Amino acid sequence: MNAIVKVENVGMTFDTKKGRFVALQNVNLQIRQGEVVSLIGHSGCGKSTLLNLIAGLTLPSSGAMICNGREIAGPGPERAVVFQNHSLLPWLTCFENVHLAVERVFGAKEGKDKLKARTNAALEMVHMSHAAQKMPHEISGGMKQRIGIARAFAMEPKILLMDEPFGALDALTRASLQDELIGVMEKTGATVVMVTHDVDEAVLLSDRVVMMTNGPAATIGEILEVKLAKPRDRLQLAHDPHFAECRAAILEFLYQKQMKKAA
Amino acid sequence: MSTATLTSGLVTVGPDTQAAPDTRDEVIAAKQEAPMAAAPLTHAPAAEPAEPAEPSTSFGERCGAFLRAVLPPLLGFAFIIGLWALVAMKSSDFPGPAKTLDAAITLFSDPFYQNGPNDQGIGWNILSSLKRVAIGFGVAALVGIPMGFIIGRFAFMNSMLEPIISILRPVSPLAWLPIGLMVFKAADPASTWTIFICSIWPMILNTAQGVQRVPQDYLNVARVLNLSEFKIITKILFPSVLPYMLTGIRLSIGTAWLVIVAAEMLTGGVGIGFWVWDEWNNLKVEHIIIAIFVIGIVGLVLEQFLLLIARRFSYGNN
Repeated sequence: MNAIVKVENVGMTFDTKKGRFVALQNVNLQIRQGEVVSLIGHSGCGKSTLLNLIAGLTLPSSGAMICNGREIAGPGPERAVVFQNHSLLPWLTCFENVHLAVERVFGAKEGKDKLKARTNAALEMVHMSHAAQKMPHEISGGMKQRIGIARAFAMEPKILLMDEPFGALDALTRASLQDELIGVMEKTGATVVMVTHDVDEAVLLSDRVVMMTNGPAATIGEILEVKLAKPRDRLQLAHDPHFAECRAAILEFLYQKQMKKAA
Repeated sequence: MSTATLTSGLVTVGPDTQAAPDTRDEVIAAKQEAPMAAAPLTHAPAAEPAEPAEPSTSFGERCGAFLRAVLPPLLGFAFIIGLWALVAMKSSDFPGPAKTLDAAITLFSDPFYQNGPNDQGIGWNILSSLKRVAIGFGVAALVGIPMGFIIGRFAFMNSMLEPIISILRPVSPLAWLPIGLMVFKAADPASTWTIFICSIWPMILNTAQGVQRVPQDYLNVARVLNLSEFKIITKILFPSVLPYMLTGIRLSIGTAWLVIVAAEMLTGGVGIGFWVWDEWNNLKVEHIIIAIFVIGIVGLVLEQFLLLIARRFSYGNN
């Protein structure tokens, strides 16, 4: 198996005022090249913690994290992150926000024109060319998130990490961005790991859905393979029996096996 | 305007194009494209609002809006001047508005005369006060802003310097004036020194707070992109601290302008504060009233100027 990311026996503990808090324990996961994996679970189950570990923003307390044959020692441009709150720099235009990333990754070996072309192509891919010279506060939340996605894809990362990328958006905007993401993933064949708490989103976008048990000391409960042909269309899937099965399996895991007590 | 820059761009670029190799052609093409793309953008907003604006608001409506904006402040001034005239009528040595206006006209008809060190025009007095504020304030910025960055960045420095600042900050800057006189052995640098002292606290504290409040999200972006230290400072730290820094600057220039009047009253020399005191000794009360207006207007202009700069560097809500 051609695994690009290997998570082996990873545990994560935080030192808090109330003592040690074990967030993750014995997490084992392998992510293949070109695969789309969703992490799903109740809030506080450590799915964002796991994503931050893969990103290298935090380092594990125990176990090993390997990306592309090398230990993850910190964040790097080969693992691009789309943040939940878009995290665009408000003093740069949309173009400059994307260009900052492009310049960092390709600046050493490509000319200025090429870098500009890359930035424009990334904006075009998410249909935001018209807003290239706008400041982030001049565009809507959905548009900001598109720019965030463009910034991540423009870096041509080995793996794309998304932390509830559409969590802050309304349902209609979310659906249209999901469709857009399906198109972009189809074009680029990207390896994606995304955190979500939306069951439909997980089934619609992923090849595998990783379901996490409740914290503290959360770990991977079950892994579901979604065997639906790609590209997927949300209208057709609504009547697909396998889609319904996958959905039911995740719902059963979340609301029977891992029912949150006194939530 | 945009057509002018476009043609001038073409003229200067023109001769180059013939001699330049291929790669330079591309750059020139890009240069030419930029102003052309910008041209319709700059024209469009100017033309579009003008057309629908005229039929929708009639002359009367615009007059009404103008009156609503201008009338209340005018009434306020009329009220205060009326009150002043009333008080002046009852009192023998308090000059009324008319007498003050007369004095102001003679005063401002020759603001830059010089009859020795203690008798100079009001223009010189204002300028020398502004000069002291500018020097004291400038040195305070040079020291205070880097210090704010250090305190904001390193928790150790913060806990080391915080108690000292907490004790010194509430002290009136005038209490430092004798120390300044002792060290500099002259009145002029001593009043500049008090300006330095009063300006430095808001700058240190606001800059430090700005540095501490750089959103973690932006720092995460920097880490994921693996930006160089230089890019982190220029693209992330500095722009996000800038609004806090400008607030510090605005607060300190406000206090500096308050303090300079008092400091100059004590030290003498040339300056608006000294002038107020001098005119009191001459019993020219109408000049003191003029000075109050002048100090107020200069302070207002300084404040508005800095607000304008601050607005330029605020980036919406998010």
